Amino acid sequence: MESYLFPFDSLICMLLGISFTVWFTLLLVFIIVPAIFGVSFGIRRLYMKSLIKLFEVSLLVIDRCFVKHFDQIIEKNWFKMSLEQEIQDMRRGGAEPEFDMSDIFYFCRRGVESIVDDEVTKRFTAEELESWNLLTRSNYNFHHISTRLTALWGVGVLIRYGFLLPLRVTLAFTGVGLLVVLTSIVGLFPNGRMKNYLSDKVHLMCYRICVRALTAIITYHDSENKPKNGGICVANHTSPIDVIILASDGCYAMVGQVHGGLMGVIQRAMVKACPHIWFERSEVKDRHLVAKRLSDHVADKSKLPILIFPEGTCINNTSVMMFKKGSFEIGCTVYPVAIKYDPRFGDAFWNSSKFGMVNYLLHMMSSWAIVCSVWYLPPMSRMEGEDAVQFANRVKAAIARKGGLADLLWDGGLKRGKVKEVFKEEQQKLYSKVLVGSSEDGSSS
Amino acid sequence: MGSRASSLLREEDIEEIKKETGFSHSQITRLYSRFHSLDKGENGALSREDFQRIPELAINPLGDRIINAFFPEGEDQANFRGFMRTLAHFRPVEDNEKNKDLTSGEPLNSRTNKLLFAFRLYDLDRDDKISRDELLQVLRMMVGVNISDEQLGSIADRTIQEADTNGDMCISFSEFIKVLEKVDVEQKMSIRFLH
Repeated sequence: MESYLFPFDSLICMLLGISFTVWFTLLLVFIIVPAIFGVSFGIRRLYMKSLIKLFEVSLLVIDRCFVKHFDQIIEKNWFKMSLEQEIQDMRRGGAEPEFDMSDIFYFCRRGVESIVDDEVTKRFTAEELESWNLLTRSNYNFHHISTRLTALWGVGVLIRYGFLLPLRVTLAFTGVGLLVVLTSIVGLFPNGRMKNYLSDKVHLMCYRICVRALTAIITYHDSENKPKNGGICVANHTSPIDVIILASDGCYAMVGQVHGGLMGVIQRAMVKACPHIWFERSEVKDRHLVAKRLSDHVADKSKLPILIFPEGTCINNTSVMMFKKGSFEIGCTVYPVAIKYDPRFGDAFWNSSKFGMVNYLLHMMSSWAIVCSVWYLPPMSRMEGEDAVQFANRVKAAIARKGGLADLLWDGGLKRGKVKEVFKEEQQKLYSKVLVGSSEDGSSS
Repeated sequence: MGSRASSLLREEDIEEIKKETGFSHSQITRLYSRFHSLDKGENGALSREDFQRIPELAINPLGDRIINAFFPEGEDQANFRGFMRTLAHFRPVEDNEKNKDLTSGEPLNSRTNKLLFAFRLYDLDRDDKISRDELLQVLRMMVGVNISDEQLGSIADRTIQEADTNGDMCISFSEFIKVLEKVDVEQKMSIRFLH
């Protein structure tokens, strides 16, 4: 009996061998070599166009069978009157500064409005889509609608998990592995122009492989404004992938905390090839130390521009939240960059309270694609008489405008922390002014 | 705000809430989504911390009183029925014409019920009277440290004098209604819910 299996065995081995060879050759020719040279066959864009057609089909099916509810819950008055105007508007007549029992209605209504729909909490969960993009994770209200759609979804699952995911994981490992190995090799060179040149090439190549590992289709606008040495590049933050997206088009010095494990290995390797700024956990708290290291780096014109995400945390790409003023105090040129993802193909937002890093990467690699646009805005500097906070807000407004995002004053730290008491005290102060008018007496504790 | 929560809400529940509150089917599912996204503990009920996580509510001087209105006497959890019942007070009065199949009796968003909601914000110990102390406490919440005790005290005294008709130095609900009879309560205590 066993003798029958032997030829069968070797046949299987041969088939496996051939398919692996074919697989890797294709990978090399179509993905890795173009990544090294920075060219593209245009396969990904073709893929994107066919996906769009597919989504249009699914939209037609959904339209026929289901009514969508993705508008706002309540009508918000965008032209918000100030607290004083609203309360005076509400009173029974007479503009005397006095208490009126109906004043409570103002706070009451604003409070309940914020319970029904507020500007902040919805920024920390993934954006809802208007129609289904055939991914289970973005399926909110569309239960079994039609067999055709479910069939499409099934085929999608097969393609994404059976073909795309293994492909992408292979590429990811290749990209990261090459990054660690090659940067370590470049690190052996003596400091000088040759080393910088090689380091740039190595970094770009590995990031480009990673970009293909995510099937990221990126459109760069206004590349003439790309950040130069001695400056700081600031961008809005949606996910860790932002780094890969920006670093595959230009060379930056990264800033971050020292990690252990695989991340630590990558960090140590990268810093051998060119100077990145890694902080120990304890150093992060010391703002002066941080500012000094950043300014020293920026002062050295031979070093690469620093890449910083001033929001400090991942936001869901519908808005830009408060920029921390640290990077704006350094006094060098700031190069703002706006990144906007197209959520139809795959949601890039990392909800770190819900998913860990590995889970997140798996989600990314089993989406259809990551499609985004990057706009390089013209460089900005601090103007006369402008303090760091105002400068930060100016840059934030420019980024929000370009990316089509809402410009919010709220702190991204509200994802995990409580709002500061001082904001409530501001509201109380405003109301007290209404009560006692513009007279000075009474404003004592 | 995406959630698969709408599948957890049964049709019978939606119908009952519709009858009790007057919200439409789509409004109820939409608000259920919101309820679910606020419910971080995923146990089908909201706690006070869940409300306080909303920054715009946390900075509202009367935030705690408003949150309190969602919790029945002595309870720490607000379920979806209670949530909707409280929100129903803020439906515009005009919407009642569109929805005829409400249970008999006064709808939750009538003028009287809106005023009752506001009255209860002042009435801290729920004894159906607003005493001078209670009025002072609520005023203190609204102004913080910016007004002195004496001035606040005189504001409270003046308000009670104007409103109090039966001389018990407290404001009862009927006195409250009388004081606010000229105010457009229907408009000021309404939120435009979209369909």
